Amino acid sequence: MNTDNTAGLHVHLKQAAPISLDAEFHCATGELIVLVGPSGSGKSTILRCIAGLTMAKTGVVRFNETAWLDTDLGIHLAPQKRSVGMVFQHYALFPHLSALDNITVVLNEASRNNREQRARELLSFVNLQGLESRRPSELSGGQQQRVALARSLARDPEVLLLDEPFSAVDQITRRKLQLELARLRQQLKMPIVLVTHDLDEACILADRMCVLHHGRSLQAGAPADVMSRPDSDSVARLVGLTNVFAGEVIKQQSEPQITLLRWANYTLECRHRPEIRPGETVSWIIPPQQVILHRRDRPSRGERENPVEGVIRDFVVLGGDVSITMFVEDNPDLPLSLTLSSHVAYRNHLGMGEHITVSLLAHGIHLMPQR
Amino acid sequence: MDWSALALSLELAAWTTAILVPVGVVIGRTLARRQFVAKGIVEALIALPLVLPPTVLGFYLLVAFSGASPLGQIYEMLVGQPLVFSFQGLLLASLIFNLPFAVQPVQRAFESLPGDIREAAWCCGMSSWRTFRSIEFPLVWTGVLSAMVLTFAHTLGEFGVVLMVGGNIPGETQTIAISIYDRVQALQDQQAALMSAILLAFSFATISFIYIMNNRTRRRREY
Repeated sequence: MNTDNTAGLHVHLKQAAPISLDAEFHCATGELIVLVGPSGSGKSTILRCIAGLTMAKTGVVRFNETAWLDTDLGIHLAPQKRSVGMVFQHYALFPHLSALDNITVVLNEASRNNREQRARELLSFVNLQGLESRRPSELSGGQQQRVALARSLARDPEVLLLDEPFSAVDQITRRKLQLELARLRQQLKMPIVLVTHDLDEACILADRMCVLHHGRSLQAGAPADVMSRPDSDSVARLVGLTNVFAGEVIKQQSEPQITLLRWANYTLECRHRPEIRPGETVSWIIPPQQVILHRRDRPSRGERENPVEGVIRDFVVLGGDVSITMFVEDNPDLPLSLTLSSHVAYRNHLGMGEHITVSLLAHGIHLMPQR
Repeated sequence: MDWSALALSLELAAWTTAILVPVGVVIGRTLARRQFVAKGIVEALIALPLVLPPTVLGFYLLVAFSGASPLGQIYEMLVGQPLVFSFQGLLLASLIFNLPFAVQPVQRAFESLPGDIREAAWCCGMSSWRTFRSIEFPLVWTGVLSAMVLTFAHTLGEFGVVLMVGGNIPGETQTIAISIYDRVQALQDQQAALMSAILLAFSFATISFIYIMNNRTRRRREY
């Protein structure tokens, strides 16, 4: 099996059963990669394969030059032999031991004093001074998570694995812990792999995110790139994008450089994608923010850009914004979402059943060749 | 009061507990942790002494230990004396009929442990032995204690199997339960009452001890 030899953690796993896996990604030293996908997408299984708790049928897990798993060579190191630290979803703290002893018990230093001193350092690293003698049941969810993080760092791991580490705490604590992790990771010079189903969390924390579905890694990249330029309609839907449609490229135009797309009864001007041949069917997306309402009282020049008509079929006020879904040409198969400030919506007298015209900004249209 | 019968019962109970509890820990932990095809059958076999009439079990053990069986022949060839109606035969039978008392409390204790605790210990670099010693055992020790106490108490009180396999040889195979039976048959009610009271007090004390320990452990885990 081919492997990437660059420094850091390289993972390539493949199996058909019991859980289908076909995932490949790389995480450089100092980088935080987030594996994101819905429940059952194989995220936690991949993490367990990296830790050595589950063995994939075929695959490679390599840290720098050391193979932790290489099924071709018959290598499968036990978790103890892999230099990983892992924070489990429900922390898996040892319930009979204090916060301090949860850490001292895993340390290898010979003397009790050295072990205690190191454990205190780790607890202070995660801001838990003063709670050393408390048992896990006497700690809040956030404090338990910090003990779990401190314990995972006790063996000086070379790779840190975090399995949905914020899922068991309330929203305020979650945001606080996310900020703390973002701060702490600047001092952790190791690849960090975090698993979550929370897209917002992925976007906040990730240097890169890897989108998984049914055990397959569909796309890896910076969160902003994945969210704005998904590789496929599957990725677009998995990362929660609306306005995913199919169309046909009809022409590549060189002056100005645009790609023309046939969609419903419209010909849309799109961001130039010269590699797509005319006649090819593509999926395409446009973010709701790139759909611009035509003002009824004051038409502007911008309205010549991909004008599309439809009827408002959903109108939801969300704080200061309004989320609108219009059916293009009143066709329920063509629901187009846009977001407006509520004052714009009211000034234009928008509401359910109103007929409106919008522009689809050409630079906001992202074409995705179908594979 | 038949002191020799009491001493024999205590000796039998001590040996049974000492041998069976480590075996119970290994079997109980394996059954709690592993899934395999014949697991239901193995669990049923272990639980069988709980539902089988002691005379039935005693009958099969008597047949299996007799000089006509391969086991009885091999034992007699090696040791030079028959297995049936001996203390060793009684001990072997005791190990078999006490198996559920040694295995089940330990198995339940291991089953109550969250599965990821062991894995967390491994991911922290702890060996399987260190994980067992420092993490698993302190969390299941009340189950092991229950197994010890139940095995000991049940051995003291067992009647049917002991009578079938060991007979009723004073000083060799006559336990306190059989001695009580003998006293009743001989109309020595006072002695039978005294020995019965001792067994009753001991059984009540051990069972109370188990319940108190289990309640304390549950309270500690809950708060």
